[in-house]
Amino acid sequence: MTDRLAVDFCGVRFKNPVIPASGTFGYGREFEEFYPLSTLGGISVKGTTGTKRTGNLPPRIAETPSGCLNSVGLQNPGIDHFIAEELPYLKTKELAVIANIAGSTADEYEEIARKLDSTDVDMIEVNISCPNVKAGGAAFGVSCQGAAEITKIVRSATKKPVMMKLSPNVTDIAEIARACESEGADAVSLINTLLGMRIDIRTRRPVLHNNTGGLSGPAVFPVAVRMVWQVANAVKIPVCGMGGISTWEDAVEMMMAGARIVQVGAAIFADPMAPVKIIDGLSEYCQANDINISEISGTVRPW
Amino acid sequence: MKYTVNTYKLIQKTQLAKGIFDFCIYCPEIAETAVCGQFINVKAEGFFLRRPISICGIDRRNGTLRIVFEVRGKGTLALSKLNTGDMMDITGPLGGGHFTMLSPDKKAVIVGGGIGNPPLVPLALHYGKNATVISGFRNESAVILQSDFAKNGADVILCTDDGSAGRKGFVTDALAERLDAGECDIIYACGPMVMLERIAKAAKLHGIPCEISLEERMGCGVGGCLVCACRISRNGSEEYLHVCKDGPVFNANEVIFND
Repeated sequence: MTDRLAVDFCGVRFKNPVIPASGTFGYGREFEEFYPLSTLGGISVKGTTGTKRTGNLPPRIAETPSGCLNSVGLQNPGIDHFIAEELPYLKTKELAVIANIAGSTADEYEEIARKLDSTDVDMIEVNISCPNVKAGGAAFGVSCQGAAEITKIVRSATKKPVMMKLSPNVTDIAEIARACESEGADAVSLINTLLGMRIDIRTRRPVLHNNTGGLSGPAVFPVAVRMVWQVANAVKIPVCGMGGISTWEDAVEMMMAGARIVQVGAAIFADPMAPVKIIDGLSEYCQANDINISEISGTVRPW
Repeated sequence: MKYTVNTYKLIQKTQLAKGIFDFCIYCPEIAETAVCGQFINVKAEGFFLRRPISICGIDRRNGTLRIVFEVRGKGTLALSKLNTGDMMDITGPLGGGHFTMLSPDKKAVIVGGGIGNPPLVPLALHYGKNATVISGFRNESAVILQSDFAKNGADVILCTDDGSAGRKGFVTDALAERLDAGECDIIYACGPMVMLERIAKAAKLHGIPCEISLEERMGCGVGGCLVCACRISRNGSEEYLHVCKDGPVFNANEVIFND
C-alpha cells in the first residue's frame, strides 16, 4: 500500500516523494520532537559550506502576504561538522539524505563535494541560488556559464548523484537547467526563493537587516509550478519541484507539472506537521485513484 | 515527543489594559510539560507565520496555560478578537533555555518592562516573600499584573516613565537601589533590549547571576530555520544562537548587546 508512494530518483529510492526543503528543517533533529524522521521520503539538510558561517544580522525574517522573506545567509557549522556530527545521526533514520551544499568559490564547492563523496549521503544538492550571501550563491546560478561551471566541477569531484538547485531570479530558467544537464547534472531542483524586500514605513528601514531576502510560501507557488513545467519540458534529467507547496493538492499539481519528487519548505513554519499531512494526503489520493504516485509526473495536458 | 501541535480551546479572555489581553487556554498536553520561561507559537487566522507568545502561567492541575500579549500588529490584533470557546492552533511548549528556579528561600529580584512582564509572573509566585518585583510601564494606563506578582507575598515596586502610577523613573534606577540595599541571589529580567543591557551591567557589577528573556522575529519556532538569531558569547567564542531553541532565556553575561 505504502509502496504506491515510492519513487526512484537518480537511482535513489525515496519511500515517498516528500522532502523537507533545505534551510527550513535544520539537520532534522528538532522535528523528531514532532514525528519520526522516518515518516519522510528524505531530507535536504541545511545548506552547508566549506567552513562554519555565522549568517546575517537579524532580523532575518519578514512576513508577507501568504509567505515570508528570509535572509539567514547560510548560517551553518561547516561540512566537517556535518559529516562528523549530523550525518551519522541522520543515517540511523530510514530516509534518503540529501546533502545541500553551497560555496563562495568554485574551489569551495569542489572541496565539499569531494569530502561528501566518501560518505554515505544519498545525493548532493548544489545550491547555486542563495540570494542572501554576498559572494558565490546566486551569482553562479543566474548565468548559464556560472551554472555550468559549478556543475562541471562538482560532477568531477563526486560519483554521488548531483542535483543542481536553481534560482528563479533569471529570465529563462530552462536555459540554466539545460546548462546544468549538459555538464552532467543528474537532476535539477527548483525553485529557490524569489528576491524580495519589505520596508517598515514607520522607521523607513527595510524589515530585514540584509535589506533584501528570499520570498517563499504559498505566494510563490504559481511561479514555481510554471518554472517546473518549463524546465521539465526542456531537460531529460528528473526534476525535484518546490516553491510554496503546503498541501497534498499542491504536491500533486507540482508533480503533474513535471516534478518526480517535491520539497516542502516555508509551509513547515506555518505548520510543522505539513510534510506529514502531505504524505497522508498523497497516500489517500493514490489509493482512491488506484495509481502509483510516480505515474502522475508530467501528466499535465497543456492547452 | 517534546512538542505538541494541536488546536485548543480559549476558555477565558480578559482585557487587562489598552491593547493587552489575558488568555486562559485549555491545553493539558502543553501545560503538562511546560516550564517557566518557555513560549508557545500561535497561529493567527489569515497570517502565514505563527506568533510566539511567552507563557505567563502554568496550571497543571486544570490543564491550562495563561498568556498575556500586546496587540503589536495585524496578527496579534486578529488573536485579540478571538472569543471564549474559540479554538486556537498552538505549537508548544517551545524554548530550550528557560528560567533556572533556585530554592524558594533564595532572594530573587525580578525586573520587567512593559509587555516583558508576563513571563516573570511564575517567578514571583515561586519565590513569594523572597522576591522583589520591579515592574515598569509607560504610564498608569499600561500597568498590568500587579496583583498577580504580589499574590504570594512578593515586594512589588511599580515604576512608570511619567510617574502617573508608582514611582517615576526607570526600573533600572529601582534595581540599583534594591541591590545596594540588601542581598540578592539571582536577577531575572524581560523587556526592551536597552533595559536588559543596563540590568545585565548592574548584575555583573554586583556579581549576581542574571537571566534574561529575549525576543526576536521567528520562523519555525523550534530551531530548524535559524532566523531568530541572537549574538551569544559562549566557551570563548561569539556566535549566533537562536532565541527559539537556545533561549528565549539566556545567561545575561553571554548576551552580546548591539551598539
